[in-house]
Amino acid sequence: MGRAGFVVQRLLLLIPVAVGVTIVVFFMVHLIPGDPAATILGIHATPKAVALLHQQWGLNRPLASQYWLFLDRLLHGNLGQSIFYGGSVTSLILSHLPPTLWLLVYATVLTVLISVPLAVLAATRRDGIRDHVVRAVPLVGLGMPPFWLGFLLIYAFAISLRIFPVSGYGSGFTGHLQSMFLPSLTVALALTPVVIRSLRASMLNVLGAEYVVTARSKGVPSHRLYQRHVLRNAVIPAVTVLAINIGFLVGATVIIEQIFAIPGIGQLMINSIFQRDFPVVQGVTLVFAIMVVLVNLLADLSYAALDPRVRFDR
Amino acid sequence: MSAIEIPPGPPGPEPASEPVLVVRAEGHAASRWYRQPALVAGLVILAVVVGLALAAPLITSYNPITQNLSESLLGPSRQHLLGTDQLGRDTFTRLLYGLRLDLRIGFIAVLLPFCLGIVLGSLAGYFGGWMDTTIMRLVDVVVAFPFYVLIIALVFVLGPGERSIYLAITLVGWVAYARIIRGEILVAKRQDYVTAARSGGLSNVRIMRRHLLPNVISQGYIYAMSDIVQVILAIVTLGYLGLGIPPPTADLGSMINDGQNFLSTHWQLTTIPGLVVVVVGLGLSLTGDGLADLLRPGQ
Repeated sequence: MGRAGFVVQRLLLLIPVAVGVTIVVFFMVHLIPGDPAATILGIHATPKAVALLHQQWGLNRPLASQYWLFLDRLLHGNLGQSIFYGGSVTSLILSHLPPTLWLLVYATVLTVLISVPLAVLAATRRDGIRDHVVRAVPLVGLGMPPFWLGFLLIYAFAISLRIFPVSGYGSGFTGHLQSMFLPSLTVALALTPVVIRSLRASMLNVLGAEYVVTARSKGVPSHRLYQRHVLRNAVIPAVTVLAINIGFLVGATVIIEQIFAIPGIGQLMINSIFQRDFPVVQGVTLVFAIMVVLVNLLADLSYAALDPRVRFDR
Repeated sequence: MSAIEIPPGPPGPEPASEPVLVVRAEGHAASRWYRQPALVAGLVILAVVVGLALAAPLITSYNPITQNLSESLLGPSRQHLLGTDQLGRDTFTRLLYGLRLDLRIGFIAVLLPFCLGIVLGSLAGYFGGWMDTTIMRLVDVVVAFPFYVLIIALVFVLGPGERSIYLAITLVGWVAYARIIRGEILVAKRQDYVTAARSGGLSNVRIMRRHLLPNVISQGYIYAMSDIVQVILAIVTLGYLGLGIPPPTADLGSMINDGQNFLSTHWQLTTIPGLVVVVVGLGLSLTGDGLADLLRPGQ
């Protein structure tokens, strides 16, 4: 089966996942103990407000028809009305999306910039001092709470050295670039341990391959060897590892946005939780899931582009 | 299954074809555990941390939740080793009790998804067919949600408290174990000893419990050792966000959050609890890596 077949099959696999994701998000309402509408609105709720919520979610209908209603609205881009902010959840999320996307892309770029050189350093001198140092970093990094790392960076670079702003999103491209540096670095540093580990392992694998020995023995210069032969092949598993951890990456933005006061959808989610604004929490959860699914799809497709041997078989 | 799905866990060697081989490898490994500096360091760190947490009432005479507003925000002194917080509570005491709570919740919260994942993973791998399809599609759906987003959303709808944390982490965390165990069982069930057990007329349950699981479960242990670091981090993060154990109970996450307002004047209130989390994580990671090396036969 060719690449087109692979793409089609991969897209078809999205259908059960999409259905499952909507079911989970839909059932979140029914996990709330007691009458969801009354619980969400709190003890000061007027009967009118409760009735409104009942009507909006169709809580008095049978479960299947409720789900159908939810799906129907979803396909029309309608995620319901926010209880606290008043407007539609869809427009609320859309207006908070850019900072989150900025953070994600920026963090991914920084992750690659940090982990690729370090992994190369470690793998080229196996069991040397450089290797041991690089291998020790993940051990400390894995147990470090991302938000605590954020504090340390704020304390060092924003309060003591005053190089970067303490918080916020900034304005304009350079403003974003400067304001978002510390938050993106925090996310990147949380992610690098995992990426370095797998990149180092796959580079060691490639370095032992016969074609590398052949290339070396026919006199390919070492910088060219790494560029053309080693890194290119080692990067494929690293892309997968990055994609698998995208769930973690996206989830971490929720916390990082909170610390750095970035007005993204993560902060929107946490704020809505404290306002008990259930429709917004539900909507943001769904959007986060869509982001993860899309990134995984993208990773799979790029994987197929990077490695011509990738075929789809069941 | 797509061809590009990476195999769960590190590509270890083929499972031993005779159970005897495994036993010999483990026996050999167990006799040289103390020669691994990383593992020993990890075990020492863990012993100190767990010891401090268990002995908290013996080490300190203060109460972690009794407020004493006349002694708020004191610096470190002989009476208060790490000073006091904004409500006059001894920081060192709250640190010990917070550690105690977070370790307890962490160990329980890693056990539940472990059990659920092992059961579902074995069922999927052993029986295959519709059961496999159903369970693995369920896995796909859970993985589609970012870890923290789903946990935060679940804790929100379930309401605050310890029970919600267990439930949320179980519902999200079983997936990795199910994948790992399913993959291992798919390989192991083709081995001769399984065919022999089956032709001997043993029931499926007995084959799974007595013959397959003992051979595949070590991969689950290895993953659990790295998973517990993430679980403890998740608990601390929930506490930091104000979604964990409700105040005034001492919890490392809420301590970090409380201290945040005093970062420029009383930096120890935020940094020390964070440092404790890092040390716990380091101890668990070192131990986990060391054990993983021991449990992998022939490496």
